[in-house]
Amino acid sequence: MEHAHPDAGVSPAKLLERRNRLRSHRTQRIKESGIVSSLISATVFSVLVTLSIIFILGVETTHFFLQEEASLGEFFGQTRWNPLLGSEKHFGIWPLVCGTFLVAGIALLVAVPMGLATAIYLSEYANPRVRAGLKPALEILAGIPTVVYGFFALILLTPSLKMLHEGFGSYNALAAGMAVGILILPTISSLSEDALRAVPQSLRDGVYGLGGTQFDAATKVVFPAALSGIVSAILLAAARAIGETMIVALAAGSTPKLTLDVREEIQTMTGFMVQMALGDVSNFGVEYFSMYAVAATLFVITFALTIIGAIIRKRYREVYE
Amino acid sequence: MNRTTVPPPVVLFSPDRMRQAHRSVAKRHMVERGFRWFCLAIASSSVLLLCIFLGAILYQGLPTLSLGFLTHPPSPNAQEAGFHPAILGTVWLLVLVVFFSLPMGVATAILLEEFQPRPPIFRRLLDFVQANITNLAGVPSVVYGIVGLTAFVSMFQMFGGAMNPALEWGVIYYDQFFNEADQVLLVPISGPNAPYVEPEAGMQALTPEGQTVTVHTIGLDAPWPQDPALSQRTLRTNAMSGRINERTWYYVRIPFGRGVLAGALTLMLVILPIVIISAQEALRAVPNSLREAALGLGATRWKVVRRVTLPAALPGIMTGAILAMSRAIGEAAPLLMIAGIVFISNPPSNLMDDFTAMPLQIFNWAQRPQREFHDIAASGIITLLAVLLCFNGVAVFIRQKLHKPLS
Amino acid sequence: MNDRNVNPAATRQRRSGDTPLSFTQGTRRDLKRGDSHEDRSEQTMTNDKTTAIQFQDFNAWYGSFLAIKDVNLSLPAHRVTAFIGPSGCGKSTLLRWINRMNDTIPSARGSGVLTMHDVDVLSRSTDVVELRRRVGIVFQKPNPFPKSVYENVAFGARMHMRISKTEMDGLVEWALRRAALWDEVKDRLRHSALSLSGGQQQRLCIARAIAIGPEVLLMDEPCSALDPRSTAAIEDLIWELRETYTIVIVTHNMQQASRASDYTAFLYTGDVVEFGETEKLFQNPDKVETRDYITGRFG
Repeated sequence: MEHAHPDAGVSPAKLLERRNRLRSHRTQRIKESGIVSSLISATVFSVLVTLSIIFILGVETTHFFLQEEASLGEFFGQTRWNPLLGSEKHFGIWPLVCGTFLVAGIALLVAVPMGLATAIYLSEYANPRVRAGLKPALEILAGIPTVVYGFFALILLTPSLKMLHEGFGSYNALAAGMAVGILILPTISSLSEDALRAVPQSLRDGVYGLGGTQFDAATKVVFPAALSGIVSAILLAAARAIGETMIVALAAGSTPKLTLDVREEIQTMTGFMVQMALGDVSNFGVEYFSMYAVAATLFVITFALTIIGAIIRKRYREVYE
Repeated sequence: MNRTTVPPPVVLFSPDRMRQAHRSVAKRHMVERGFRWFCLAIASSSVLLLCIFLGAILYQGLPTLSLGFLTHPPSPNAQEAGFHPAILGTVWLLVLVVFFSLPMGVATAILLEEFQPRPPIFRRLLDFVQANITNLAGVPSVVYGIVGLTAFVSMFQMFGGAMNPALEWGVIYYDQFFNEADQVLLVPISGPNAPYVEPEAGMQALTPEGQTVTVHTIGLDAPWPQDPALSQRTLRTNAMSGRINERTWYYVRIPFGRGVLAGALTLMLVILPIVIISAQEALRAVPNSLREAALGLGATRWKVVRRVTLPAALPGIMTGAILAMSRAIGEAAPLLMIAGIVFISNPPSNLMDDFTAMPLQIFNWAQRPQREFHDIAASGIITLLAVLLCFNGVAVFIRQKLHKPLS
Repeated sequence: MNDRNVNPAATRQRRSGDTPLSFTQGTRRDLKRGDSHEDRSEQTMTNDKTTAIQFQDFNAWYGSFLAIKDVNLSLPAHRVTAFIGPSGCGKSTLLRWINRMNDTIPSARGSGVLTMHDVDVLSRSTDVVELRRRVGIVFQKPNPFPKSVYENVAFGARMHMRISKTEMDGLVEWALRRAALWDEVKDRLRHSALSLSGGQQQRLCIARAIAIGPEVLLMDEPCSALDPRSTAAIEDLIWELRETYTIVIVTHNMQQASRASDYTAFLYTGDVVEFGETEKLFQNPDKVETRDYITGRFG
């Protein structure tokens, strides 16, 4: 094989000789800072979004409380919500809050045990075959739009419940709650599974070395060790259940009520907002502004849950080393 | 202090006591097996639920799913109702949402991941931005709907109402006359608030075919002209007109009103945090050694991003974007707030036009009491799920095929 | 005495001066410490020599890879046996087969005969849970549970037995004293075990293991993650514990093996090249490979 002459081709030195080949550092730097500025402005937008949410909700809620028919005391003190009742309007928030928490409570009752059992199985027991079947199913469940769950609750769950027991209304809290539970089940399952898998294998080996079964390891060491991650997963799912709209709009009803009877029709905060938006929006009366007051309450509740979840995850994260 | 002088526990070293205290090993094994089966049963019940779900929906919706369903507009008659405007509405929304959210989301992710500032105060700022984005991801979509309602639809009521927009381009207003010869005459006017046109002799009018004619006015009691050419352009002096408008495809108005642009902007708000977070994860997956190699060759930070990091992270970013889009397709709550339930029989013809989307139409049909509408709602669901399946399939394909090992 | 050999007795005496740990007082001054090698080995020879663990034609695989080849070993009771050898020679694998820890690895297989006292370890009908109660194990990296010190020690006992609170208190104190940790943690029993130092954590793991009353203690490189002071403390502890338990220790540190064990097995690529009394193996090994390894020619 013939060897190329070591000086064949154009050496970098030769290239650098030609001054005009060298990109001007100055223009490069200007271009770079221009690009960085546009990146920064894109990032600023996200902060703007939060500020706008707070601003809009704050301003319009203030408008609401400035109206003569509504007052802060009534909002938090009264237990009747009838914004459309002509002369006798009532603006106590509690029926809506009660409805929201009733549905979310049922959802958590369904999703937490099922989700945790699924997570424990996936992280501690499952062999590759079972995982290959289970994980895609959970991902599909997570990807189904909420309107489909609402349809399911209205068309399938409610008639079945009515067959079991005549007391169920055509709109009821239980069907909506169960559907929301299935909606948040994949969230709890996958986040909890992540938390459980983060526990190092050395801890499980420690249990096995002491003569423990997998049950001992899972329930006595791994689960308590992952508790902070699991709690934050549940809080996140709770926030999602509270903010859920389509399922309750289709299946839970539009009658605000202060009740714990799951067979009855109720209205959640989100359901009320939808009801208002589907009506006449251009009439800027007190009903219109009440929508914002409810939205503000909803926002505060879910925001608090999200923040508490993040704090728990950060502060109580187990240090295993 | 001496450890060997402490007597060993009786429980350990007396065989009788040991036997007594011993937990039954057989029972422990039974608990273990029982627990394992319990967890498996619950885990598989979610698969079971999924099958019941899909089975029920297929059972109800497949019979009414047909090509006609996919190509017809909706109608009060369930037999003839179709999904077509909803499908196209979703397409419009999707294109707009991609246009708005992808560049901004990816740009934000690049700044947060690749351009870490040195001064600690800026780093704190970016941490705050990051926490803010995570919080935004948890806001219910209906709140975004209401925000969109104020910010985009009515624009803080600063620019007039939906009926009287403050600014408009690309629209022509007419006063429309029906004369006694059943001919339509259109008189262009300056704007929606112009005074109503009174028929005047010699004023210009347009026929629907576009022909310009000169109006011939006659009195209230005058006989109607017999000549067809004249009768066509004749108006009585007391003729009343209706106001119509003709919007071009580039029609724009401020405030946006309940149109597809407002809907797309609101959806953008909903999925922006998701796009940012998944783009960040894709960028984080690029090993640092690649960046260091480029930096070592003297590249600036942006050059490293543009030439090395971004191409490497591209499959991940695309996958994340596709998944975010599939989330956007399924969102109905914000659109409910923006668009409401309107009878839409045509896909949007301009950005400000009324629209519907697949999940909206499904909601519309599902909440009606008639059983036939439930059936076509199920058909709509099947269509929607099929579209989502395609999206996820593409995402999985990208993840498998284009994901080259990076190190 | 050969210069190249480390004299365990001499080393111990040297160390007992500078370690401030409380257990340096006590029985360190008894016969075993001050003796020369010869006196001590005479002592061991006069004790009863029964076999605790027996390998016969034992082979072990990971999938299709043969990790342990035709091992025949008798490990004596109430003695410390060390497994030494270069990386990858199979000493950890061999150790972990004794309490079937390798069951957690799906591709692990074993054949032949392996008995621990009266238990046929390899048999399918053997209850692994019960076996592991009788064979305790301490791992290379201390792995205390993220619970309190008390709960760590009580964990195994609570799993296997029903005992009252007062009995448990006594058990915990006994185990911590036995592991030479009591004085350091007796005021911190309810504190998290993760707040202890590395050496303390490893002694806690030892206490946890002996609290269930095993007959055999397995130690997989127990000191390799610890600083020299903690290492010395644990080696002393191992020496104490051999009165009650049969101890098998894997170490890559030859000096540790010669300091802390009665018997040593030298493994190389899955074979037991040589097995015998530590003193003899280090001073006058039979096989060339043993001599090469000990003098540092390889590994």
